[in-house]
Amino acid sequence: MWVYIFRRLLYAVPILLGVSLLVFALIHLAPGDVVDMLVPPEVPREVADLLRRRFALDQPLHIQYLAWLGRLLVGDLGISFFTNRPVADELFSALQNTLMLALPAALLGFALGVTLGALAAFNRGTWLDKLFAATAITGVSLPHYWVGIVLVSVFAVIFNALPAQGMGPPGFPASWEQIKPLILPVVTLSLIPMGVISRLVRANVLEMLSHEFVGALHAKGLLSRRVLYHVMKNAAPSALAVMGLQFGYLLAGSILVETVFNWPGSGGLMNLAIFRRDIPVLSATILVLATIFVVINILVDVLQALIDPRMRR
Amino acid sequence: MVEVPAVPVSPLDAAEAVGRAQQSKGYWQRVRTRLRQDKVTLAMAAVLALLLVMVIFAPYFTLHDPYDGSVLRRLKPVGTPGYWLGTDEVGRDLWSRMLYGGRLSLLAGVVPVASALLIGGFLGTLAGYSGGLVNSAVMRLADVLYAFPSVLLAIAITGILGSGLRNTIIALTAAFVPPIIRISESVTTQARHLDFVEAARASGAGVLMIIRYHILNNVLGPILVYATSLISISIILSAGLSFLGLGVTPPHPEWGLMLNSLRQALWVDPVICAMPGVMIFITSMCFNLLSDGLRQAMDVRL
Repeated sequence: MWVYIFRRLLYAVPILLGVSLLVFALIHLAPGDVVDMLVPPEVPREVADLLRRRFALDQPLHIQYLAWLGRLLVGDLGISFFTNRPVADELFSALQNTLMLALPAALLGFALGVTLGALAAFNRGTWLDKLFAATAITGVSLPHYWVGIVLVSVFAVIFNALPAQGMGPPGFPASWEQIKPLILPVVTLSLIPMGVISRLVRANVLEMLSHEFVGALHAKGLLSRRVLYHVMKNAAPSALAVMGLQFGYLLAGSILVETVFNWPGSGGLMNLAIFRRDIPVLSATILVLATIFVVINILVDVLQALIDPRMRR
Repeated sequence: MVEVPAVPVSPLDAAEAVGRAQQSKGYWQRVRTRLRQDKVTLAMAAVLALLLVMVIFAPYFTLHDPYDGSVLRRLKPVGTPGYWLGTDEVGRDLWSRMLYGGRLSLLAGVVPVASALLIGGFLGTLAGYSGGLVNSAVMRLADVLYAFPSVLLAIAITGILGSGLRNTIIALTAAFVPPIIRISESVTTQARHLDFVEAARASGAGVLMIIRYHILNNVLGPILVYATSLISISIILSAGLSFLGLGVTPPHPEWGLMLNSLRQALWVDPVICAMPGVMIFITSMCFNLLSDGLRQAMDVRL
């Protein structure tokens, strides 16, 4: 097992190197010179050159890349062009805010998805199955940013019951004042995982039910509840893999929903960095989000291998 | 080597066998029969066809110019005479903009999938067929792209390269290439070791010939089914990029962009504001159901 984990971690190194190279290349492919974009055109050349030297933009590309990589390895994500604060600080608090949405949304979506999917599979062909299938396909087809807008118009504009945007008082959400602004974005974000997971669980459970071991378990006189346990355990690994992916999407892909609700998360930070051309913030955010996604994938693989020893190849 | 027992074949039996062979339907024929019985999938295909016709021939289905605004008729509600779906925040006919907007939205939804299909399909088939070093190179490249959730990759590319239709298409293509590489690689690798491919190679068929007749015929089904479901994601994402201000630039009508600019009128008329999203939803739903139907008819497992 440890060998497997170690190998899996080792395999992530070249991928992360590739990711960093891609981000670096993208930024240097971008049209226009960063400094020219930052300073007003009437600024004298000397000042612009000074800035270039200050951010080491006058060095050859490979030197710039290696220097950037070296700083990343010691946890230095750079200084924001715009606020002049360390990127790591801003990114860390933004990630916390994103996690505040992603975690409950994932739990809600996964719980609903597994329940709907399993119920649909065990009641195959009934109206319940059809209803849940319709719910699931709606969940994966809805543009979630639009759902956010619709929810805001219903619950904020028409009923005036929940806030339309923004975050409550800072800190761990314990009071109603802090939970209130979470409800709409969390519901919005949970729709896609709900749809994806319930479709997958339904298909997996149906496949498991078609196996002979289910009939054998029944024939042995096992209680239906115990049979259900065996079926779900066998259906779990691939569902887990997809859950990991979905959680990664929630963390790294919530930029659209965060924009709708004006949520100060990592997506909001990225959006701001794009429009300010704040390259250090932008590249660090992309890189950190991708790294988190890779780490989540490793965790899922390890978890899968724990449940199903056949996966430890 | 197992000897095949020689069975005496009477002329009558042979004639019957030929007849039965002609009666038994081929794979594609079975797919067609199954599709014809699938009411939902047919209905979805019809809705999409209708939408396509209305979007392409938008001038014949609308009364007003989609760019023609007027301060006097800003945000008219649904059901206003002459403007049955109302008007947007600068007084342009919403129905016209919805139809004309479909042009860019559908284009930005379909083109990335098509180009990803070409690029990813080529790379995946190449990797799967040649194996070895080429395989490793292509698949590690795909792994790097896979390290990004598709939304993040698309936003990173448009955010850095700048907004516009062209960059949206480039970004979404890059986001869809890795999964297509993976699928076509695994299907090709499986097909490569099938007996009939070995047989074709043994009888002197060239690489191109084998790929064209034996591999592609096996790879195309799963990839097409997958691509249909990707179109749904692509439409949602491309509209999402425009919604963020990273896609199509104003004043062009595009569903995501319309959703973005109408958002400021949310407190005035929430119904009008939600309208462009309905189009995105219907289109992506149709493609999803179509993909499900095709998957069932073609008996594809992904």
